[in-house]
Amino acid sequence: MSRLNIVVPVKRVIDYAVKPRINAAKSAIETSGVKFSMNPFCEIAVEEAVRLRERHQGVVESITAVTAGYSKAQDILRPALALGADKAALIETPEITESNGLKLEPLAVAKLLRAYVERSGANMVIMGKQAIDDDSNQTGQMLAGLLGWSQATNASAVVFDPATSTVSVTREVDGGAETLSTSLPIVITTDLRLNQPRYTKLPDIMKAKKKKIETTTPADLGVDISPRLTIELLADPPKRVGGAKVESVDALVSKLKELGAI
Amino acid sequence: MAINGLRSQVAIAKNAVWLERNSTHSSTYKRLFSIAATTAAANNGHAAGTASILEFDDDVNMFRDMVSRFCQDIVQPKVREMDEAEKMDPEIITAMFGNGLMAIETPEEYGGTGASFTAAISIVEELAKTDPSVSVCNDVHNTLVNTCIRKWGSEDLKSRYLPQMATSKLGAFALSEPSSGSDAFALKTRARKLKDGGYVIDGGKMWITNGAEAEIFVVFANLAPENGYKGITAFVLEKPWGVKVVKKEHKLGIRASSTAVIAFDEVHVPASNLLGKEGAGYKIAIECLNEGRIGIAAQMAGLAQGAFNRAVSYVYNDRKQFGKFVGEFQGMQFQIAQAATEIEAARLMLYNAARIKDNGGDFVKEAAMAKLYASQVAEKVASQAVEWMGGVGFTREEVLEKYFRDSKIGSIYEGTSNIQLQTIAKLVQKRYTN
Repeated sequence: MSRLNIVVPVKRVIDYAVKPRINAAKSAIETSGVKFSMNPFCEIAVEEAVRLRERHQGVVESITAVTAGYSKAQDILRPALALGADKAALIETPEITESNGLKLEPLAVAKLLRAYVERSGANMVIMGKQAIDDDSNQTGQMLAGLLGWSQATNASAVVFDPATSTVSVTREVDGGAETLSTSLPIVITTDLRLNQPRYTKLPDIMKAKKKKIETTTPADLGVDISPRLTIELLADPPKRVGGAKVESVDALVSKLKELGAI
Repeated sequence: MAINGLRSQVAIAKNAVWLERNSTHSSTYKRLFSIAATTAAANNGHAAGTASILEFDDDVNMFRDMVSRFCQDIVQPKVREMDEAEKMDPEIITAMFGNGLMAIETPEEYGGTGASFTAAISIVEELAKTDPSVSVCNDVHNTLVNTCIRKWGSEDLKSRYLPQMATSKLGAFALSEPSSGSDAFALKTRARKLKDGGYVIDGGKMWITNGAEAEIFVVFANLAPENGYKGITAFVLEKPWGVKVVKKEHKLGIRASSTAVIAFDEVHVPASNLLGKEGAGYKIAIECLNEGRIGIAAQMAGLAQGAFNRAVSYVYNDRKQFGKFVGEFQGMQFQIAQAATEIEAARLMLYNAARIKDNGGDFVKEAAMAKLYASQVAEKVASQAVEWMGGVGFTREEVLEKYFRDSKIGSIYEGTSNIQLQTIAKLVQKRYTN
């Protein structure tokens, strides 16, 4: 019977309820005075790890929450510990602050996580499918590729069989739902309907203070995190203008030609 | 920190230096000095080293986040129906217990969270932004009943009741009677001591918050009326022993919070359920109510903020007249600015009072001022918020008018505004009399 050693990467992002604005210099998203919290998909990931522990008594050895960023990124490790993670780790990148967060690209994060996961002896990674700030939906897939592990992304249901060490993941795809069955080790990325995270109980928030948070750096992990991309321009999406109704297909085609769309 | 606290810090430091120079036991005193310094740094809910009283530490911020979500998901959908039905949904009370919201200051060994008073009232404030009725239910249970038992209960009482009150049983504080409100110590409920050491309680109480749902009651009764208020004694009663809910009031505001007339008809109380000492009831009541004042101030500040948030969002995002959002007219802007200033002032006063209390200082004046002012601000801002939202604000469907009705109780319960003014005046007079 296999034991599970789970790593849950989490990301600190601008709270989902806040409307992001571009700063005056049009160089970055405005972050001063803005509320930050854990990426909603990451919360679902922590919740899923905790549920696995509850569903299969004695199978889950440990759940570690890990994040990368400058020291403020630690703010979301405490909520992860309060939700049920046993310990946490911060991969400290002092040069990446709130205001230039886009400089830490998915490939760099995947490399950092690969190094961390290999060091930690984990055999399962559960993480959010994408972060709500850049909506990349890349890190999980890249991580699986770098590790050479199975991957099951956009999970809407996860079933683990301890006896056979098989993981069945149902995914929401364009045509409907698809179920993959694979073995450990595995990277799973979570989708919205996987679970509804619990409210953290107040006593658990206090207990989280006593749990360990370790720090490490990209240098320690032997990873170069320099960005491969330059941001040329940041702009608001163009304001929506009203459309018009057309009566026939011919009218539609001529309108489209008028607008230069075809 | 209170000036006296600071003075003693300096005294300890001076003594430590002298002793270090003059004593062979210098290492002991060095250690004591550093312990004193660390204790001074403990900020009990307030972030260390920050400039503002309104910045809280990580614990309190996390509690607030959690409660804010709880309110949005669980409380908000039910606010209107609970108000119309004049009944708290039992699921909300169960959810508050389930999430550890009902034993905030209770030590961990009794099943509580072991957090500070500032944390407890932060939660009261957050809850009130969504529903002042749910907020007062939590406030009375935590800052009055839990606190009474925690501070004055014997080890036996604490171990019997605190865990239950952390997980499932709601508490109520029974002091007021039909003929004794502000004049609390004119209470008529009698307690009689029996030969076996137990007591019999006979009488009735009125205006008891949580009265209909509570299972644990802290009851004040007079054991020796011939000694006047010095006979008043506090007891812990369980509902099955004979506490009867005679009537639930139909109120102007906080309608979902049950306010009950309760009766004790020769109810037997074992000797072990005496709270504190015989005749010490008046002291317990006064101290409890002083703390409770800050709790109500927090409820009123949350109420004001909740009404303000809703109405101001409406005037800047939803309602346009004469080609612009109504919030952009200068008349509105000035009213909004004034209200924002007053809410900030109320919050500063109440969290300052809480900080003094958490640090062991004397907070009677600050608590009275905080409650007085917060209830005034709540009434004014809630009333304005209705106006800012116009006709829509006047409809019950919008739920905003509820804040206006709820605010009225602020100047009445847990010490009327006139009583607060009197308390403050007496303290001022004392200071200014040569």
